[in-house]
Amino acid sequence: MFHRIVKPPFLNKLQWIHLGIGVLTISLLVLASVNILFTDDDWRFIIFLFATSITGFAYHQYREQSEGVKNNGVWFGSLTSRGLLAWATALGLTAFYCLLYWWPEYLGLNASGNTGLIALFDPLSMLLKKQAASQWFVYGVFYTLCILCFGYKFLLKYKHNKYQKLRTISVMFFQLFFAFLIPEWMLRMNLPYNDLKNMWPLNYYFFDAWNIESFKSSGGMGWFFLVFGLLMIFVISPSLTYFFGKRWYCSWVCGCGGLAETAGDPFRHLSDKSLKAWKLERFLIYSILLFSIVMTAGVLYTYKTGQAELFGISTAEMRKSYGFFIGAAFSGVIGVGFYPLLGSRVWCRFGCPMAAILGIQQRLFSRFRITTNGGQCISCGNCSTYCEMGIDVRAYAQKGQNIVRASCVGCGICAAVCPRGVLKLENGSIDIFDRTPEKS
Amino acid sequence: MYKTLIIGNGIAGVSCARWLRKNTDDEIQMVSQESEYFFSRTALMYVYMGHMRWQDLEPYERSFWAKNKIDLLQGKVLSIDYELKIAYLENEKTLAFDRLVLALGSKSNKFGWPGEDLEGVSGFYSKQDLEYIEQKSNNIKRAVIVGGGLIGIELAEMFHSRKIPVTILVRESEYWSSVLPPEEAAMISKHIRKNEIDLRLNCQLQSILGDQGQVNAIVTDQQEHIPCEFVGITAGVRPNIDLVKGSQLSTDKGILVDEYLQTNIPNVYAIGDCAQLTNVSKGRKAIEAIWYSGRQMGETLAANLSGNTKSYNPGIWFNSAKFFDIEYQVYGYVPSKIVAPFDSIYWEDPAGEKSIRLVYDLSNHQISGFNLMGVRFRHEVCEKWISQNSSIQEVLAKIRMAFFDPEFYPDYSSGILDAYFQKTGKKIIPKSSGKLNAVLNFLKS
Ligand SMILES: Cc1cc2nc3c(=O)[nH]c(=O)nc-3n(C[C@H](O)[C@H](O)[C@H](O)COP(=O)(O)OP(=O)(O)OC[C@H]3O[C@@H](n4cnc5c(N)ncnc54)[C@H](O)[C@@H]3O)c2cc1C
Ligand code: SF4
Ligand code: SF4
Repeated sequence: MFHRIVKPPFLNKLQWIHLGIGVLTISLLVLASVNILFTDDDWRFIIFLFATSITGFAYHQYREQSEGVKNNGVWFGSLTSRGLLAWATALGLTAFYCLLYWWPEYLGLNASGNTGLIALFDPLSMLLKKQAASQWFVYGVFYTLCILCFGYKFLLKYKHNKYQKLRTISVMFFQLFFAFLIPEWMLRMNLPYNDLKNMWPLNYYFFDAWNIESFKSSGGMGWFFLVFGLLMIFVISPSLTYFFGKRWYCSWVCGCGGLAETAGDPFRHLSDKSLKAWKLERFLIYSILLFSIVMTAGVLYTYKTGQAELFGISTAEMRKSYGFFIGAAFSGVIGVGFYPLLGSRVWCRFGCPMAAILGIQQRLFSRFRITTNGGQCISCGNCSTYCEMGIDVRAYAQKGQNIVRASCVGCGICAAVCPRGVLKLENGSIDIFDRTPEKS
Repeated sequence: MYKTLIIGNGIAGVSCARWLRKNTDDEIQMVSQESEYFFSRTALMYVYMGHMRWQDLEPYERSFWAKNKIDLLQGKVLSIDYELKIAYLENEKTLAFDRLVLALGSKSNKFGWPGEDLEGVSGFYSKQDLEYIEQKSNNIKRAVIVGGGLIGIELAEMFHSRKIPVTILVRESEYWSSVLPPEEAAMISKHIRKNEIDLRLNCQLQSILGDQGQVNAIVTDQQEHIPCEFVGITAGVRPNIDLVKGSQLSTDKGILVDEYLQTNIPNVYAIGDCAQLTNVSKGRKAIEAIWYSGRQMGETLAANLSGNTKSYNPGIWFNSAKFFDIEYQVYGYVPSKIVAPFDSIYWEDPAGEKSIRLVYDLSNHQISGFNLMGVRFRHEVCEKWISQNSSIQEVLAKIRMAFFDPEFYPDYSSGILDAYFQKTGKKIIPKSSGKLNAVLNFLKS
């Protein structure tokens, strides 16, 4: 007898239709990049289709589902279990990032008049800032669209969980306004491009000569950006981390985190939980932090003294290789391109120097911790599986120990998926130096 | 240095081994039939539903055991010679020991129903059961589940996740009403039906019918035929003591042990689901087939085996479960029928999927238990209130300290205070914000 294997994830008819719209959208984008357009206003149509396919798919996925955690079939679906679809998606994304960073001319970037994909967004760019589009503008549009549309999907998936909803609305808000609209408007007003929430060292060009000069030369607003940037690094950010843990940034504000939490959410379980991965994580993230500090110091040294070399190393070269290896290859190509293979927070976990700093603060002097609810843990492993940072949450929970880990971004998903109500993200000041008591 | 042999690598055996390793340099050998590596039995359902892979069920990396010098062996123990101190395995292997820990677990109850040995009929307890269910539930038209407990509901959710229609036969008049108070039991029955499960209450299995050795229907005690291709038997579990039955080891339903987890034979111990306590502490049962009892027994026994004598003290009862989307927690004494001198106040969310019940003693107003549906409470706080004999008024005034739901969740305190007012006419003024600092101070005090 023939046995058909019937397993989730199940797609209903309307989901298939929206998947079809998605395929159509991608086809149109491919056509546009080889200069086949249908009308002058194709960009509107394409954005509309893009948003419709994702939000429609999500709507019909969760419409009939009851409120609660729905991870059925996560390890069965090809896209979410490193199957063929996952590899294909990773390949496609990686290719896109390589073009974006290193060969934007193939996307149609051209000083004497854009073509292809970039030309497609010229009208929108003109509308916003009266300039032709660049590859970064196009990237910004898609990035923001992804956070908004997949954010909507996330909101539906966690419709029962107010913490999840609020923080998702927050990352959607910061992406749309702080990362996208406000900087574009500022360009239109001839102010320096600045994403207020994007602080050094994540924003590694903050101390670049051109950036400082551009701030200094734009009057009061520029000085405000400079001072605000410094305040963020040294005052605002450590204070907020003291009160709430690094989550205030990583899961509520940051754009990289925002994409990981929304578009990356279906891949969160792919993070490696082994001890080996933890060791690699600590080695990489602190090395990169060191690299970014040395690089910045070098750049500032050159800016101040005019000397091109620090200890015989060209600071410009240092800055360039940081931008290439860390800023582009790691955070973009691997960080996002490999979502379907390595999970959604590879950059945040192994690479981001900002996360490293906030993590040290969180580990040492924050009120934040994840509390374990007495003896209720049944060691089921849902928390560890769905921790995007690869933290073996269960290892702590089953011992009744609170979780105070530098890497925890406070997404709260471990607490959401726990079937026994064992975990709670909390802030308390009276036991900051004793947050991890081991009960039996 | 002793040679300790542990039979069974479930939570009980593994907890014992881990703590024994922490405390001593003893030689530790663990043998188990079901799987080489320890896994979380409680999470079997999530593999079937695709939330996790098998390896995600293993709480320790595989290298952990060798690193900690705990020898693992997969195999079935056929008999034990207590005088010679040798365990005999299949394939003529033998294992010698100085001390023997029996952590044999449970097995599914069967009641001799006609047809219960047909193909397509199975309990749900082991890794092998899961594999069998995976194989037999492929592309079937209906599954019937017999028995309405915590494992039955998990099996129902599993099939539901694969869009397999499910019928559950439950003897009681509401789901799990032998344990849950009536309102909560009714809430669960309703929730199960909302998930399109065909829930038959007051209904028992009479026989299972088959065709060429394969199940094709069941018959209920109301003579109804329900065609189905799979029957899950989830009518409870019992200690798995086949290995030791009829030997000089004293057994009843389980292996009889004293409060030191010692059997009647020196140097032989039993822990976890298979153990039956002869000296039961207040509010607890002689056999408790639950996860944390196994963990606590394992830890207690390891202390005893390392010369640090400790009697088994499970403390105040608590437990938790999940019925589809509704989480359940209980702390302390919450009987299914609340009768004098006990009484309770009950708050239910208008949507009917959350509730809080506080049980207290009318004679002295002391709190005795908490029953939560769809709401999370903080274990240590509830435990402390109960063990301190706090009054119901004091608990209510500080009820926010018990809330353990995620941040930004609604504050249910006014609902429960209202319920108390309705019942007694007494108004309670809330005295705690429930902030973590307050909770920590309370727990330290
Ligand atoms: C589906 C399911 C869900 C559950 N969910 C929960 C829950 O949410 N909360 C909760 O508190 N409890 C739950 N339980 C109960 C809990 O899992 C058990 O109480 C616990 O696993 C028992 O642990 P144990 O170490 O005593 O025995 P087990 O885990 O059963 O381990 C005993 C081992 O001994 C082996 N063994 C037996 N005889 C021999 C022999 N002769 N030779 C070699 N090996 C042998 C067996 O193969 C088995 O692997 C659940 C149980 C099931 C089946
Ligand atoms: S430990 Fe929990 S809150 Fe922290 S990153 Fe992992 S899943 Fe998110
Ligand atoms: S999800 Fe909850 S019960 Fe499961 S291992 Fe994690 S903390 Fe324990």
